[in-house]
Amino acid sequence: MNTLTSTWRRGPLASRWVRAGLVFAVLYALPYSTLRIPGVFDGPLDAPGVLQLLAVCLVFAGLAMSYDLLFGHTGVMSFGHGMFVTGGMYATTILVDHAGFGLWTSAAIGLAVALAAAVVLGAVALRVEGIGFAMVTLAFGQAVAILVVSGSPQLTGGEQGETLDAGAVPAVLSGVRNTANLYWIALAYLAVCALVVWGLAASMPGRVMRALRENERRVEVLGLNPYLFKLLAFVVAGVLAAGGGVVYLLLLGGATPTVSDSNFTLSLLVMAVLGGTGRRWGAMIGGVLYGYAGQSLTRVSGSSAVAGLPGVLRGPLEQPLFLLGAAFVLVVFFAPGGLTGRFGGRMRREEA
Amino acid sequence: MSAVEPVNTAANLLELEDVRVRLGGSAILHGVSFTVAAAGVTALLGRNGVGKTTTAKSVLGLYPATGSIRLDGRELIGLPTHAVARLGIGYVPEDRGVFAGLTVAENLRLAEPREQPKAGYPRVYELFPVLEARAAQPAGTLSGGEQQMLAIGRILLRRNRLLVVDEPTKGLSPKVAAEVARALKEVAETVPVLLIEQNLSVVRTLAGQAVVLDTGRVAHRGATRDLLADPARTNALLGVSTARADPVRADTARADARGGTA
Amino acid sequence: MTTVLLLTATGLGVAALYFLVASGLTLIFGLMDVLNFAHGAFVGLGGYVGWTVADRLPGSPGLVLGLLAGVAAGAATAAVTELAVIRPLYGRPLDQVLATVGLGLAIPALLQAVWGADARTWTLPGWLAGTVGLFGARIPSVRFLLIGLAMALLLGLRLLLGRTRAGLVVRAGVEDREMVTALGIDVRRANLAVFALGGAAAGLGGALFGLYQGSVSPGDGTSLLVYAFVVVVLGGAGSITGTALAAVAVGLVQQYADYASASLGDESVVILLAAVLLLRRRNLRGRPA
Repeated sequence: MNTLTSTWRRGPLASRWVRAGLVFAVLYALPYSTLRIPGVFDGPLDAPGVLQLLAVCLVFAGLAMSYDLLFGHTGVMSFGHGMFVTGGMYATTILVDHAGFGLWTSAAIGLAVALAAAVVLGAVALRVEGIGFAMVTLAFGQAVAILVVSGSPQLTGGEQGETLDAGAVPAVLSGVRNTANLYWIALAYLAVCALVVWGLAASMPGRVMRALRENERRVEVLGLNPYLFKLLAFVVAGVLAAGGGVVYLLLLGGATPTVSDSNFTLSLLVMAVLGGTGRRWGAMIGGVLYGYAGQSLTRVSGSSAVAGLPGVLRGPLEQPLFLLGAAFVLVVFFAPGGLTGRFGGRMRREEA
Repeated sequence: MSAVEPVNTAANLLELEDVRVRLGGSAILHGVSFTVAAAGVTALLGRNGVGKTTTAKSVLGLYPATGSIRLDGRELIGLPTHAVARLGIGYVPEDRGVFAGLTVAENLRLAEPREQPKAGYPRVYELFPVLEARAAQPAGTLSGGEQQMLAIGRILLRRNRLLVVDEPTKGLSPKVAAEVARALKEVAETVPVLLIEQNLSVVRTLAGQAVVLDTGRVAHRGATRDLLADPARTNALLGVSTARADPVRADTARADARGGTA
Repeated sequence: MTTVLLLTATGLGVAALYFLVASGLTLIFGLMDVLNFAHGAFVGLGGYVGWTVADRLPGSPGLVLGLLAGVAAGAATAAVTELAVIRPLYGRPLDQVLATVGLGLAIPALLQAVWGADARTWTLPGWLAGTVGLFGARIPSVRFLLIGLAMALLLGLRLLLGRTRAGLVVRAGVEDREMVTALGIDVRRANLAVFALGGAAAGLGGALFGLYQGSVSPGDGTSLLVYAFVVVVLGGAGSITGTALAAVAVGLVQQYADYASASLGDESVVILLAAVLLLRRRNLRGRPA
């Protein structure tokens, strides 16, 4: 045990990149495992149901990281992040279903559209600061949500969402037997998010973004324009979110308007804060936990144990959002640094 | 609220001991200790950015500080700002803190004490007649000098045991600055003042004692006269030469002080 | 002409709802720098409590008591929120906002747990259920009630802010909270009062939204909240008159655009917001950025 911890602290494992590589290697190997973890997962790790659940967790982890690039690393609070997820998801679906493009072509166009939209919307919204920016992005997000739900139902499927044309999905990605491939795509997406966010954080713009979070005036004094660096963070985060939308689309097999709901963006904020904002692993861990909790709380809520409770207790416990919201308030109160801040003293903030 | 206790006759009214302030992760004050006399004006001097305003704000409880700040032996650290103010500390902040959207009369009304709210008006209007003339005007439309008078006049409605006044002549023309200084001198005859000031001619006229800060620490304490009589020392501590801080050439010295320390 | 009248009346009715919700938001934000995401929960709670009372007591007394109950529910919840959640987090502004986000998620879920996911129908008393003829247009009576109550709130708030000492403290606090405390005034009482007042207005807004739609549902608060945020941004934080004008602008633009083409209304609100932001190089506090 002692040698293990000392290897972790000082040996070759002390390098953050080596550690990250190790984590991703383990995640990569999961679909080959038949390990059963009773109480946590319903079946062995290689069961399609479990892999699907894990894949959603990984996508949420990537989305949470993209959100945290803005919120935790740059100190910009956006309430419209879900619109980029929506954009990636719906642009791809609509192009596949209605324009007859191939899946990957559609996804690439979707990302390009998200990039352009992020530049334009960011340029407008960043004209107001702080909370004002939060409100403006919330309004933009709402506009996208309304467009998706009631704009042109023949394209978006309205409240039901739009199923992705199964014929356009490559054979290796369709069918229950290929869930592992979807899992690996989700893992690849998370790896891209990690590389981009960590790489950016270690670069000069990343250092400026961190400085912006602490003290915007200090950055201005250095002759740098805060606006441009915030816009950079907004655009990179937006494109990453759109990518997450595409991967989520593949997992669900269709576009769903829930990602355009303001509650979806709020849940990204919850993930980042739960895990610990501005930290290396914080948002990722928060995303995985939220993804897992979101899917299994529904199970708990619907379980016989809850059903046996008296009505006063049962009602609230049947609402996953109530449990998450209440848990979130408790974390804000008692663990302000998030889980990695509270329980992981060694997981210092990025600047350390 | 708290009745004003009899004024302490001991020499020191306010005592700061090892006051430390950290803001946004960096230390601004690294253990500041000095005292403010129970009468007259004590000047708090130093170049820009050495922590003068931070010191003033931590006295008011506007910044979280550690160490000890005592008014007549009573610990102020940990008290909320409004409680500090009610103990009898009047504050005129660096940017004057005038509520621009409120009228002059409303600015004054906010500062009225609970007991005998109107009792202080005659004296304030006598000191600053312009405030009575402009009562109905939004404070934001006043000139800089008039806003300064409002900021000072406002706190004189209460019975104060100490005034903390931060750069009252900043940005004012020499003539208006002299007017404000004259009013402060009159005020200081009845209430002790802790004065932050860059204009050395104002310091020379008003302050008996001076405390000089340098990068979050006290660098010098003593009589103002002795300090300003030593050009080399003044220059070393404040970055200006006393020769040019002569009252006659106060305005140029001011300009230099700002230009040289900005 | 009758269409224009009807659209205007509807727009003003919607504007009244936006104003009821946004007036509290803007005062809370102006005074305390708290973007209150729990405000939608106050709206939702006001709607359900109001509906519950009005559902038990039919007719006009039920309506009046229902509205009052909505006001009381909103005010009480807001006061508890300020005391139990906002105040302990004083000095941690970001955590204050995050905590309201948590409440904003939890409370509507709680409403759904208690009253169910489906909309509950709010039956109006006869005199309110009909329409009023105005220059040939048939305008639903509820719109007039909405507009009247919103105008009463506007007038009341202006009197409160302009003529009372408490209002003076709030106006000064919106400009410079630190300086107000440095004058020996305990702003925490003003914070609590503003929260309770904002919650009362939101609760009334929730109940009136129920009358307007003829039903209450768990998502009511959240959907009003988004537009209320837009109104706050357009009107300027802490400005009651600005908020009222912005609410009218948003309500009217939305209704006219909706008439031109369905679902264009909401998009046009966002375009209006973007246009104003582009033209006005100021931050939210109204000071030049």
